[in-house]
Amino acid sequence: MPYQFVWLIFLLPLFSFIIIAFFIRPFVSSESKVAGYITIAAIGSCMVLSFWALASVMAAPDHKILIPDIEWVVIEDAITISLGLMLDSLTAVMLLVVTIVSLMVQIYSQAYMKGDPGYHRYYAAMSLFTMSMLGLVLANSLLLMFVFWEMVGLCSYLLIGFWFHRPSAADAAKKAFIVTRLGDFGFLIAILSLYYNTGTFDIQELHSLAISGALAGTTLTWAAIGIFAGAAGKSAQFPLHVWLPDAMEGPTPVSALIHAATMVAAGVFLVARTFPLFEHSTEALTTVAVIGAFTAIFAASMGLVMDDIKRVLAYSTISQLGYMMLGLGTGGVAVGIFHLFNHAFFKALLFLGAGSVSHASGGTFDMRLMGGLRKVMPWTYITFVIGSLSLAGVWPLSGFWSKDEILATTLESQPILFWLALITVFMTAFYMFRAVFITFHGEYRGGAQDAHGGHDSHDGHSGPHESPPVMVVPLVILAFLGIVSGWWNVTGGFDVFMGHGETYGFFERFFSVLTHSLPLISLLVALAGIFLAYAMYQAKWLSPERIGDMFKPLYILFSRKYWLDELYENIIVKIVTLKVLFGGLEKIDTYAVDGTVNGIANGAIASGRAIRHAQTGQLQLYGLFIGIGILAIIIVVYLAG
Amino acid sequence: MSIGLEHYIILSAVLFAIGLYGALSKRNAIVILMSIEIMLNAVNIAMVAFSRYIVPALLTGHIFAIFIIVVAAAEATVGLAIIIGIYRNRETIDASQINLMKW
Repeated sequence: MPYQFVWLIFLLPLFSFIIIAFFIRPFVSSESKVAGYITIAAIGSCMVLSFWALASVMAAPDHKILIPDIEWVVIEDAITISLGLMLDSLTAVMLLVVTIVSLMVQIYSQAYMKGDPGYHRYYAAMSLFTMSMLGLVLANSLLLMFVFWEMVGLCSYLLIGFWFHRPSAADAAKKAFIVTRLGDFGFLIAILSLYYNTGTFDIQELHSLAISGALAGTTLTWAAIGIFAGAAGKSAQFPLHVWLPDAMEGPTPVSALIHAATMVAAGVFLVARTFPLFEHSTEALTTVAVIGAFTAIFAASMGLVMDDIKRVLAYSTISQLGYMMLGLGTGGVAVGIFHLFNHAFFKALLFLGAGSVSHASGGTFDMRLMGGLRKVMPWTYITFVIGSLSLAGVWPLSGFWSKDEILATTLESQPILFWLALITVFMTAFYMFRAVFITFHGEYRGGAQDAHGGHDSHDGHSGPHESPPVMVVPLVILAFLGIVSGWWNVTGGFDVFMGHGETYGFFERFFSVLTHSLPLISLLVALAGIFLAYAMYQAKWLSPERIGDMFKPLYILFSRKYWLDELYENIIVKIVTLKVLFGGLEKIDTYAVDGTVNGIANGAIASGRAIRHAQTGQLQLYGLFIGIGILAIIIVVYLAG
Repeated sequence: MSIGLEHYIILSAVLFAIGLYGALSKRNAIVILMSIEIMLNAVNIAMVAFSRYIVPALLTGHIFAIFIIVVAAAEATVGLAIIIGIYRNRETIDASQINLMKW
């Protein structure tokens, strides 16, 4: 593949953004769908190019394609910063994920965003986002990556706050931006410290420095932890996970693309991209694994009790991102990225399914208002169940394969974390099927009452109905991918592509669930979770209320999200930051800075007030002083000779 | 004892000091004006003496002295006019009362 085409992958959505933002939005009415078609065409071409890129990377030696750099900033004899792309197996896989999910989401949005006054703005931001995300995965230096890293953050801000007239959406956008900035600060410090210590931003050079041992010890550990801080912010890892559930204020396709499949996976991608740095620092790698495993179970526990379908999915996303981190921390790039790859498809599917459900039931996301939708929207139901099964890790869907690998590698290197991960499998299966049973089974409970005020319902509220084909087709495609994407690694092909591992026979591994204990255990745990959900919400053998009462303290703890929002809001923001830190700074400003300025002025006033008494207005006194002065000068001149 | 330059200069210095003392210490504006006249004349004596003893062939000092006499006359005129003006406005010629320049 000629390298110009690699540049094109990243430039096409940029062109589409420029066309929409500068030529279409000002001049074309928002009824027109042309912006959507342009975006779809641009991203569709990107997808074709990405497949081509994947094929050529597979064929290339070392799975790498060299792309010449462009010099960007040149300071003679000091700094040369180049603008460059790299295309290797990791990039190729990410390109595929981003372009496929983005294309599906753009097609889906054609129906979902129909008639919204911000239609062009939506597609402009989506194009910009896709461009930034593709740039992020293609960038060959940490500096360039950081630029795109911030750009995806900006697009996330714009799209979460898409309906900015709603205060909750505006607040959520701010929260997302500020919380991720906290992590980005660590990332920036890590980049600068790496540059200070090695003199390069180039990722491959950093890799070879880490591998050769030139970059080691505390420097490496802190740099890796700084990078992980950035990754934790973007990928919503504990303790910076609080922004992601609130980010659900954005339009649902945005949640599917940005807050499920791609942008939140950027953190995982970043760790994978700089993996040699982590690999050579045991502390950093353990940090990644522990934070990942803890986040996985922590977020899953909150997902158990949420009533808003998008929030269930949001917590599930956080939990799965924790899983990916755990996979990276214990098993390496291939394991973590493989889960990312599979997760992107079925999680995007689930979000789009949730959007479809909400579309049907009048714009609400509250599962308690849904129910019984299985009969009226069979396509959404089937695809949603496929997504849930895949997420729960049921054989032979894609989620099973990647989750199984994570469990296997965790059992080898971190046995304690394995148990956390296994409990998470149970929780995941339970909350997903809780959502399925509440939403799709039972009786229809009426949907949103103020359907016409709801933003997601565009054609009035005439009872639940199946979504239009434009929305269903992406669901079906994603469901298909949600089933088969995991099969890539059944033969070990994905591991080999990523640079380590061996190949197996397809059928030997495909049915390993029958012959090996670990896959069987994880499958049984997942099925147990599904069964419990069935027992509680479908068959009603167990009353959810009774169980809720039995574990009341836990229920409250989960549903109040461990009071972390309150902790951050009331303690950290209001007391630590505003009162102590900013209060202290304000005191310094008032007393030290203003004090100095006012002190100089007051000193001048006070001395003037003291000295002006010399100005008596008595001419003779002035004369006396003049006389004394002249006398003094004469004496001095006489004495000095 | 012959009268030399230093005697004139001492006389001049004594007169100048008396005039200065009067100008700085007296309250009455007219007395101050008179004191200033004394100082000017002290200077005149010094001028003429220097001229006579140091450059006898030239008349520079004399000319200067005559100029000073003329200027002093004019100054006395203007000074008295100002004093009359002040007296009309403030009913006093006490210099310590004339303190509008103070802060």
